[in-house]
Amino acid sequence: MSTTTVSEKPQHKERKLIDYFTFNTDHKVIGIQYLVTSFLFYFIGGAFAEIVRTELATPDPDIVSPELYNQLFTLHGTIMIFLWIVPAGAAFANYLIPLMIGAEDMAFPRLNAIAFWLVPPGGVLLLSSFLVGAPQSGWTSYPPLSLMSGKWGEEIWIVSVLLLGTSSILGGINFATTILKMRIKDMDLHSMPLFCWAMLATSALILLSTPVLAGALILLSFDLIAGTSFFNPTGGGDPVVYQHLFWFYSHPAVYIMILPFFGVVSEVIPVHSRKPIFGYRAIAYSSLAISFLGLIVWAHHMFTSGTPGWLRMFFMATTMLIAVPTGIKIFSWCATMWGGKIELNSPMLFAMGFVSSFLIGGLTGVMVASVPFDIHVHDTYFIVGHFHYVLFGGSALALFSGFYHWFPKMTGKNYNEGLGQLHFILTFIGLNITFMPMHQLGLMGMNRRIALYDVEFQPLNLLSTAGAYIMAVSTIPFIINVIWSLAKGTQAERNPWRALTIEWQTASPPIIENFEEEPILWSGPYDYGIDDEEEEEESVSDMLADVSAK
Amino acid sequence: MNIPGNIITLIAGILLTLISLWYGQNHGLMPVEASQGAAEVDELFNLMMTIATGLFLIVEGVLVYCLIKFRRKKGDKTDGPGIEGNVPLEIVWTAIPTVIVFILALYSFEVYNNMGGLDPETSRDFPQGEMQMAENQGKMVAFNPHQGHLSLGIGNAKADLEVDVNGIQYAWIFTYPDSGVVSGELHVPVNKQVKLNMKAGDVIHAFWVPQLRLKQDVLPGRDSNLAFNSNRIGDYPIVCAELCGAYHGGMKTVLHVESEEDYQKWIQENTFANAQEKADTMALMTQPITQESRLEMHSHHLGVHPEILAQLHDHD
Repeated sequence: MSTTTVSEKPQHKERKLIDYFTFNTDHKVIGIQYLVTSFLFYFIGGAFAEIVRTELATPDPDIVSPELYNQLFTLHGTIMIFLWIVPAGAAFANYLIPLMIGAEDMAFPRLNAIAFWLVPPGGVLLLSSFLVGAPQSGWTSYPPLSLMSGKWGEEIWIVSVLLLGTSSILGGINFATTILKMRIKDMDLHSMPLFCWAMLATSALILLSTPVLAGALILLSFDLIAGTSFFNPTGGGDPVVYQHLFWFYSHPAVYIMILPFFGVVSEVIPVHSRKPIFGYRAIAYSSLAISFLGLIVWAHHMFTSGTPGWLRMFFMATTMLIAVPTGIKIFSWCATMWGGKIELNSPMLFAMGFVSSFLIGGLTGVMVASVPFDIHVHDTYFIVGHFHYVLFGGSALALFSGFYHWFPKMTGKNYNEGLGQLHFILTFIGLNITFMPMHQLGLMGMNRRIALYDVEFQPLNLLSTAGAYIMAVSTIPFIINVIWSLAKGTQAERNPWRALTIEWQTASPPIIENFEEEPILWSGPYDYGIDDEEEEEESVSDMLADVSAK
Repeated sequence: MNIPGNIITLIAGILLTLISLWYGQNHGLMPVEASQGAAEVDELFNLMMTIATGLFLIVEGVLVYCLIKFRRKKGDKTDGPGIEGNVPLEIVWTAIPTVIVFILALYSFEVYNNMGGLDPETSRDFPQGEMQMAENQGKMVAFNPHQGHLSLGIGNAKADLEVDVNGIQYAWIFTYPDSGVVSGELHVPVNKQVKLNMKAGDVIHAFWVPQLRLKQDVLPGRDSNLAFNSNRIGDYPIVCAELCGAYHGGMKTVLHVESEEDYQKWIQENTFANAQEKADTMALMTQPITQESRLEMHSHHLGVHPEILAQLHDHD
């Protein structure tokens, strides 16, 4: 393994602000571009969610028209998935992978820039669909409904999702190659940080499943524009085939959205607990197991569609099995904290919040895997509650955890700890008030994707809407913190957390080519409290603290 | 007083078990059960709730305990113990979820089978009888699954009452083939095996009665079935659970589970109702309806005036 095997690299000049708005090939610039773009879309997607929740505060469809309501939740889902969580995962991967493995850049820097520059057009295009009537058949876009409601809005949705999917595939190729080919000499696969393992598993999923979505969408597009009938029953097509193809990507997409953040949490918890990660190999391999199992569970989204009984039983079994590798991770994170010296700062708060809320999503996940129970709750608010615990309580909290953890490294500035903690408290309270009542609503009989509902469901909906407002408020300390820290924050140290992974060995923010000279592996990525052989008196982390003090 | 650690663990374990068992039975989250199948689903759910409560308490308990017990003291720059793993412990916590999901999968299979989900007629993609017929006549290739021979769903071939169900934007239409009654609401006698033969007129809908814990997509171009036996007299909502357009939320009607006498009375009344009225209904139901008449038909579900609906719908 060496860093010189890949083709000649573009040279980077001294960095200026304008670089962030241009076709720059530095992985760190691209990482920031991804992160800022994804957060812009987080605010847009969040605003849509707030309108949806406001509408649902009362049983009548009174705030927006039913058509607009459907457009809003369709775009909310699409934006949050394709323009927030997935690009935010790519942001961390772009920024961190080369730094964590001691490389100067990604394996294919130009491809990397191309991958990013597909995202803003994809997002703008998606939003432009409002001009011609946005798509209103949900982020799943099931035919024949999607073929009937608003042709051009739907077509714009297809094209923008194709653009974003292409971006994702290009990113996946780059991450996998970089991780496998560009590590420094001493770093074998088992001494690589767990975030890299998580991204390796994610890339495999992206490469195997995303092309299938592209295929499904192109066929859907033919049905829509050219009048073919791949999925249109009036011409002999089968809408269930679309569902199979769609979920063949979109179930793995859940893991594309959560695995990178499992990686993030595996980095954050050991550092702030001052303990080695518990069961390194178990965590690494469980990512691969989730990746593999994730590919053979898609039909659990279709237990009530045209799915024969025996098929339902097969997919029930595979889906439930995912609880095993996921359980291994949760128990390992808890065991890492156990007996440690926990520094309860913003990254750690978000990481612990992540474990506690993702747990709820995981437990309800096993429930909905069970066919007889899923038949009752499928397409209800129980499902909405479940996947928001997975994706907001899971991915999003871990995203914030990583954001605060690497903020000093990325910006060279310290964030304000008080505002960070306020952000956590509001988010954590808000998310539980918003998403917990949804489980009960679903069990009671409230179906999803409706602008109007029975009066009996109002109290819980009102509660949920109140929670959504708290979540909206929680972004205020976050935004203030980022702006204030960038403008007035104190200069961050090289290694403020005394962490052992090698991205902390370079300056904050890192210099253009990442490291002055090829970094040396001092220790394993998580060797906290493990003395560096007998001769050494002080622990490795103390040694590193000395280095960073210089 | 100095209580040994393992006694505290034991007491905590017993408490945890008791709380989980109690909450698993008394969560009160489900609506009333209106069939034998619903009761079985609830028992399965209660078991899952018990296990989930236990796991929830353990993991959240560990998190809160860590939060309190293992906080870094101010000025303490040392590391915690360098424990990198514990193989027996990891084997245990891999084995426990494996066993749990194994039990849940088997139990779910059992419940699903009891509900009629693995009924040979409906559990296959390709009904056995049809397959043999097609083979005998050498017509395998010519067999067209979209001509109403394919049925999917939870169903039992033998039924006391069969009802044809047609789902259209945004209404359910129930036709009783025996008496010719056409209705917008579903009436069934109590304690009778009812089989619904469902079709969709336009887009995908899903037939759901929460109190029966039953749901089945109704797909254009395919037939689907749903069989149930309600053992509890009452009115229950019939909900469309698959997004079917802007007024998806208004696609609701009622399932009346009635005594045999009330059911017969209802059938009688409707069979001999004004013939003209019935013809009108039939015409309305079977012909392609205009947006306006459809909105008018369903405005009462939506609780808004037809004019307002029409306005909202204008730019369509």
